[in-house]
Amino acid sequence: MQPSDQKSSADTTPQRGAQERAAQERVESGQRRTLIQALARLTPYLEGLKLRWFFGMLAAIGAGVIALSVPVVLGGLVDDIATVDATAAVVWTAFGIVLGLGVLEAFFVFLRRFFVIPPASDAETNMRVSLFSRLIHQSASFHGAWEAGQLQSRAIADLNMLRRFFAFGSLMLVTSSITVLVGIGVMFSWSPILGALFLCAAVPVIALGPAFRKKFIHYSRSAQDQAGEVATKVEESVHGIRVLKAFGRGDWARSSFKEEAATLRDLEVSKMRTLAKFQMFMVLLPETVLALCIFTGLYLASQGDITPGSLAGFFAMAVVLKQPIEGIGMLIGMVFMAKTSIDRHIDVMDIEPNVVSPEEPTTSAERGLVELENVHFRYPDASEDLIKGATLRIEPGETMALVSATGGGTSTLLNLVPRLYDVTGGRVLVDGVDVREYSLPDLRSRIAVAFEDPTLFSTTVKSNVLLGTGHHRNDDNPGEGDPSHPHRDKAPRLDQLDEVLTEALHTADAEFVHDLPAGLDTRIGEEGMSLSGGQRQRLALARAIAAKPSVLLLDDPLSALDVRTEERVTDRLREVLKGTTTLIVAHRPSTVAMADRVALLHEGTVVDVGTHTELLARSSTYAGIMRPAPPSGEELMDAIPAAHVDDAAAPGAPADFQEVQP
Amino acid sequence: MSEQTSNGRATAGDDTAALDLSKMTPPPEQDDFAHLRGTAAEEDVTFDKEERKFIRRRSLALLWKASAGVRGKLLLTAIAVIVSQAAQAATPFIAGGLAIDWGLPRLIDGDATGLWVPAALYLICAVTAGSLLYWYTRMTAEASQTMLYTLRDEVFRKTQALSLDFHEDYTSGKVISRQTSDLEALRELLDGGINQLVQGIMFMLFTTVYIWISDIRSGLVLLCAVIPIYFLGRWYQKNAEVAYRRTRISSARMIVHFVESMTGIRAVQAYRREDARSRQYRKLAKIYRDDMVRSIGLFGVLQPSLMLIGNLSVAAVLLWGGYRVLEGDLGAGLLLGIVLSTKRVFQPLDMIAMFYNSLQSATAALEKVSGLLEETPNVRQVKDPRRLPDCAGEIEFRDAEFKYSADGPVVMQKLDLHIPAGQTLAVVGRTGAGKSTLVKLLARFYDVTSGSLTLDGVELRELAEDDHHRHVAMVTQEAFLFSGSIRENIALSQPDATDDQVIEAAKAVGAHEFIMSLPEGYDTDVNKRGGRISAGQRQLVSFARAFLADPAVLILDEATSSLDLPSEQLVQQGLERLLGNRTALIIAHRLSTVAIADRVLVIDEGRVVEDGSPEDLIAAGGYFSKLHSAWSATMGS
Repeated sequence: MQPSDQKSSADTTPQRGAQERAAQERVESGQRRTLIQALARLTPYLEGLKLRWFFGMLAAIGAGVIALSVPVVLGGLVDDIATVDATAAVVWTAFGIVLGLGVLEAFFVFLRRFFVIPPASDAETNMRVSLFSRLIHQSASFHGAWEAGQLQSRAIADLNMLRRFFAFGSLMLVTSSITVLVGIGVMFSWSPILGALFLCAAVPVIALGPAFRKKFIHYSRSAQDQAGEVATKVEESVHGIRVLKAFGRGDWARSSFKEEAATLRDLEVSKMRTLAKFQMFMVLLPETVLALCIFTGLYLASQGDITPGSLAGFFAMAVVLKQPIEGIGMLIGMVFMAKTSIDRHIDVMDIEPNVVSPEEPTTSAERGLVELENVHFRYPDASEDLIKGATLRIEPGETMALVSATGGGTSTLLNLVPRLYDVTGGRVLVDGVDVREYSLPDLRSRIAVAFEDPTLFSTTVKSNVLLGTGHHRNDDNPGEGDPSHPHRDKAPRLDQLDEVLTEALHTADAEFVHDLPAGLDTRIGEEGMSLSGGQRQRLALARAIAAKPSVLLLDDPLSALDVRTEERVTDRLREVLKGTTTLIVAHRPSTVAMADRVALLHEGTVVDVGTHTELLARSSTYAGIMRPAPPSGEELMDAIPAAHVDDAAAPGAPADFQEVQP
Repeated sequence: MSEQTSNGRATAGDDTAALDLSKMTPPPEQDDFAHLRGTAAEEDVTFDKEERKFIRRRSLALLWKASAGVRGKLLLTAIAVIVSQAAQAATPFIAGGLAIDWGLPRLIDGDATGLWVPAALYLICAVTAGSLLYWYTRMTAEASQTMLYTLRDEVFRKTQALSLDFHEDYTSGKVISRQTSDLEALRELLDGGINQLVQGIMFMLFTTVYIWISDIRSGLVLLCAVIPIYFLGRWYQKNAEVAYRRTRISSARMIVHFVESMTGIRAVQAYRREDARSRQYRKLAKIYRDDMVRSIGLFGVLQPSLMLIGNLSVAAVLLWGGYRVLEGDLGAGLLLGIVLSTKRVFQPLDMIAMFYNSLQSATAALEKVSGLLEETPNVRQVKDPRRLPDCAGEIEFRDAEFKYSADGPVVMQKLDLHIPAGQTLAVVGRTGAGKSTLVKLLARFYDVTSGSLTLDGVELRELAEDDHHRHVAMVTQEAFLFSGSIRENIALSQPDATDDQVIEAAKAVGAHEFIMSLPEGYDTDVNKRGGRISAGQRQLVSFARAFLADPAVLILDEATSSLDLPSEQLVQQGLERLLGNRTALIIAHRLSTVAIADRVLVIDEGRVVEDGSPEDLIAAGGYFSKLHSAWSATMGS
């Protein structure tokens, strides 16, 4: 999504270095933060959760303690039933208690979820939405440094993790700890020796849990990374399939793929081996201790030190405590992961957007005057300025072409006008006012841009084209007004939209949309129709035209079009652009032809301004850039009407090339 | 490497691959499920019962085939799971029935066996359960990962073997997601505990069996509990499936919106859509939240309900058993064992329900993957291919006709064309005239529909694949570079080439200078898809690649058409060196390239309309002549 200039101009090495440094700093500041501090940062989101979380915990503790009562009842029953005068009442009492508590336990478990899940999900959703709003206001340079995928995992995976932590992890950690403590306490009351033995098994199981998780997660991450490597091999083999087929190198691709896949397999197996060891430990240790407990318990019971009921209760308790004890280790691990997720969230939220509206914005009458005054620009972390003092005045209504050698900064210059990036020196003025003094909506409503790389959104064709009209129609709010468009007099009115749409589509030669399955209401993008590069470019152009701005910025808007279409669009554009200030980045003479004047950008400054013919005559640099590339045979062929072929005498064509009769 | 070579070669040609489902496909006229074969039905969502069965059978067949080689291991693993869970499920009965009812009275009577036997038995069970658990977790991982590896490889092999027409229809995105996200879904299932699923079921089974053995009446209580559990399970399965799908859809929408907004940030901001996009995201996030809460809520009903049923069973077992202890029919310790087992028996159900979702998506993934593996490549090597150790490069089309499908339009009309060895032939024509059909046939992306196409007199269809690849090389417009060094990319065509040979090839086509100017020369990593070097330079690397291959026949498919002027000048000289004395078929683009041809062919609507040397054609004043003057005119301006 970066403008093409940046790739060639910005040295990637220092940039990466600085980014790494910044990332390192963020990690360190995250490590300095304690869990409590981190949680405190989330307070605004947790408001609705607090009380319900507390109730949820009470319910969870209730369920935990009830679970413990079953062994106690069982123990009592075993003792009571053994007495000579035991009656049915004993059994009925036990039954009653177990039944009542059993129902209550299930109810409490239900209550816990009922209390915490909705508010935890709300917190998750609110954090997600805040993150999005934060990111959408970040400047293009921020998004150049952060990959969308990176941000995406923060918005989904990390916040899912936090929901699980709030709704489950944090609560169950407290509850399980209490349950285990109480349970072991009861065991001690029955028999200190058996209780102590049990504790010997419980402590290592709890203590080793987090360490195991750490190791497991380590393997898990490596396996995930390796799965990425495998995916890369797959992508290459599919995209490069023509080359592979042409040289018969499928086997080579396959063997290098197999290597990566084998590494993945081995990592997965190592991971599972770690799990296997841990699971074995989790069974062997407690169960061996329990065997010891049987030995000791039976002996104690035979000596009359404990009752058979207590022994029975002890075993029952051991069974009940098995789950929470195993769980605690996992839950501790979850705390660490939640902490990391919170840190990752805060990292991004803490970065202030660097392109914002001023506190007290000025405005001015809309005329369409654009001035560059000694503009300097340097990409973050690049070693030198890409634009080194460019000065240029584009009169209202004028069409100005911007020409430079590849990577010369023309695309970048366009981005400075609507403040997608801010200048690093000098000023850009629109209608006589520094662009940084406008409120962003005010500034940007004066301007429409068609990017070289056309970005369309996953919605209908119509919504895409009408995006900048201030009447962006979406399915939920038909005719939704746009508060961010202060220039309503200039913007098309709602009742003019269809007309505007038709005109824009015609100008950009994008009438192909009528042939799409649902015409203008066809959904495009990810879940809809996929369009070709040329079609997308024409829609992006139509979108810019439909916005009816006073300043139109076109970044090589016809690059993906074939000669004939380009010619058509050029002719129509010339008509439509009358009266609209237009800055157009051009790489071909055909595009330049639309402009009144041409500005030549060379080595970071505007070195010459004049008409195409003037510049061709007096500037060798310009002539070098604009020397027309010869059209390809195919293009010429396409241009010569088919009739010519039939007319051709075709003297060289031997008879056996004629169509053979069936 | 040797294994791969033998395997790859053999399978690419005659389809002897173990997992190739296409072999089992009956001819279409006898095939009731022809409409479901291969990837045809991938987008369909509703199938009738028979169709479902067919697809499931196909998936199972794939799994069965993929398990070749690990079946013994899987069998041993299954036995280990059974024994281990049998041992683990027995522990409450040892602690209860054996220790308290049997051991304690004996011990009180002074018989030490009452002490030793239960403790030792418990220990044996514990050690058996624990060590077998370790063993079978490892074994399952090894076996399942081996199967997954086989599957991955097979899908990869199949993808490479399928002809380009398949790839053009099916799109790279789909192929990639078959190989990544679908196999990933399987991986998740294997990872996330198919193991635990099986062991959970085994545990439930054995616990039930023990309860039945210990006390048939308690067993009956358990049987009663199964009825509500069955209905509960059905309710959950039905609703969870819907909820899960909804969640998947809403999360996908949310993700698409997010990624689009972030990657298209400039458009969002330039058109002041920040707030509108945020509002919409909030809406999508809310929908996702609601779907999610509903989906979790289902589990929130399932879990306590299972617990309730479990607890009620425990109470019932306790009541009935308690009476019988009073009557002396049942030991108090055994009752304890039964009650504890009853409490534990339903525990794995939670987990099984949780794995249900990943089981679902793995099943769906397997269905798609098995569909892909059922596809047949159009171009295949014949059983006994003909060899061609040396090749002069003489090409002959005779009565050759081509259409993409049996009922499709004729793309290339019957063609007779003889290209003598060493001739450079340029083909010109308008878009869609059929120029690239010639190329596709010669490169054997497709076979001629009728007539013949021979190389040095050998029918291309009968020629051994590796001989064909050795003698015929192609350079395309999109000079694709693989991640790795420049050296590796050049040597792609000739893996055993020495460094000197690589450099020589680069020098020959004029790529050496720019390569040496790169930070690490020939060892420079080209990044993904050759990001760091220009289009012209990329094309030079691909020329060097072709030069190194030293083929008798060279095909240039619009190899310079996407280059700008300076880049074209850069590659022009290299191009001439590359052509040398080879037979060459050039899909022509620029006059400069056509000019170096010995002979020009003008094609229109799938047939040849002019044929001759450039000079003759210009002199004859035909179509090429007009083209040439138009060309010259633009060059002169």
